[in-house]
Amino acid sequence: MNRRVFRRVKSNAMVGLMVVAVVLAVLPLLFILLNLVAKGAGSLSVAFFTREPVPAGETGGGVLHAIVGTLLIVGGASLIGLPVGIAAGVYCAEYTGSRLAKATRFLADVMNGTPSIVVGVFAWTLIVARQKHFSALAGSCALAMLMIPMVLRTTEELIRLVPNSLREAALALGYPRWRTSLGVVVRTALPGIVTGSLLAVARVAGETAPLLFTALGSQYLSYRLNEPMAALPLTVYTYAIGPYEEWHQYAWATALVLILVVLVLSLAARLATRRRFTANG
Amino acid sequence: MAESRVHLATDRLTAMYGKFTAVKDVSLTFTANTVNALIGPSGCGKSTYLRTLNRMHELVDGGWITGKVLLDGEDVYAPKVSPMQLRRRIGMVFQKPTPFPTMSIYDNVAAGLRLERRVSRAELDEVVERSLRQSALWDEVKDRLKASAMALSGGQQQRLCIARTIAPRPEVILLDEPTASLDPGGTQRIEELVFELKREFTIVIVTHNMQQAARVSDTTTFFYMGSMIETGPTRQIFTRPAQEQTEAYITGRFG
Repeated sequence: MNRRVFRRVKSNAMVGLMVVAVVLAVLPLLFILLNLVAKGAGSLSVAFFTREPVPAGETGGGVLHAIVGTLLIVGGASLIGLPVGIAAGVYCAEYTGSRLAKATRFLADVMNGTPSIVVGVFAWTLIVARQKHFSALAGSCALAMLMIPMVLRTTEELIRLVPNSLREAALALGYPRWRTSLGVVVRTALPGIVTGSLLAVARVAGETAPLLFTALGSQYLSYRLNEPMAALPLTVYTYAIGPYEEWHQYAWATALVLILVVLVLSLAARLATRRRFTANG
Repeated sequence: MAESRVHLATDRLTAMYGKFTAVKDVSLTFTANTVNALIGPSGCGKSTYLRTLNRMHELVDGGWITGKVLLDGEDVYAPKVSPMQLRRRIGMVFQKPTPFPTMSIYDNVAAGLRLERRVSRAELDEVVERSLRQSALWDEVKDRLKASAMALSGGQQQRLCIARTIAPRPEVILLDEPTASLDPGGTQRIEELVFELKREFTIVIVTHNMQQAARVSDTTTFFYMGSMIETGPTRQIFTRPAQEQTEAYITGRFG
């Protein structure tokens, strides 16, 4: 009886500790979000999403240029980074023991730990310094360089979670190896790969440092990938270090918009990949 | 037995993992439309032997063989033979049910058929229904063919895997302990199925369960430490084994 009481107390204490850890993990996030809403929501209006900025001193205006810029730059980065990252991840998982896979895995881990500003400077020397001008495309390349190792490692880990028995079942049915990998193994891991890719997109959407040296930022709405372009994090940065009280308000609001954009992107991708058993392939 | 055509045979087959010999010098023949049980203690090489028949063994790191596997008299390890084509003629069902989790019940059964060519919807429907009927699963799933295969019970999943294996009409079916993860009810249904399937296919079944071998098979082969100790008609192996080791194993004195 005594033992049982002791066990129950111990069990509850452990569960309690875990709950405390969860609260500690979630609390800062909640504070950031609440703070953003409290300070930024006041400046939000329809015009904030649909208009370009106005000169300092005037009121009104919005961050349409930065929303468009972020979508274009991050879109470009995803077009480069996701296919390369996923393909390399599939390779590392399917040819686990090969020397190339081991080297790639090691490099990806090192890259994952590299500060993003280093990637920015690298993209600057590689692209901007040679072209002699800043461009959105250089920004996309810098962000893609950040995405690739992230996507690579998550893809690899998720594919390795697929039981080998499934691979054997497909091969025993006469599947060629490529079809086993893509049609059965990768397809089984796909929901996880999509989630991992989304996380990578969301993370680079908020990156500022790599864009400082590449896309540079701009006050105007632009669709030209070969020219400097605004992006939400850059706009937050510009407004936040600006001298005007109104700009500081805008910085909060822009940060809130950034979070909303990432949220909408995630929801859209989730919805697009959810239906699985109604579609008869 | 109506006819006694040798369908599948091995000639002095040795299977290795790197330098380790898992199967030593085994020569056996399997007659068409019979059920052939491979028995023996864990690690005796019976599963490895089974996997050499459809060239699954070579997929393991370091897996290689010497000797011959003959399907209708032709060496399946000849350079001109494609392992993929071979595996469409020699189907396999594993110990644990392995339905493809992203596919519906229907798509699982159709998976092998879609490999080779475009199949018309009507033909596909027909083959899926016939395969599910043959694997005694049709009545349980006919109203939910579009449902996930993972929604089925373990026994149903295993019958689904059998349906998937027989759908492309292979000639030989290899069963690697197909009932090891099933309850008695599920086991019984699979055994009844095996009995039905031999009318159309030649079956080689690895089993740990001696009663199962006795119940379903026409011939039984006893493996021990990688060697084939004894082979013969099942009744004879279980009543009058020639080798002392065989008798010791089937009476449960070791293994």
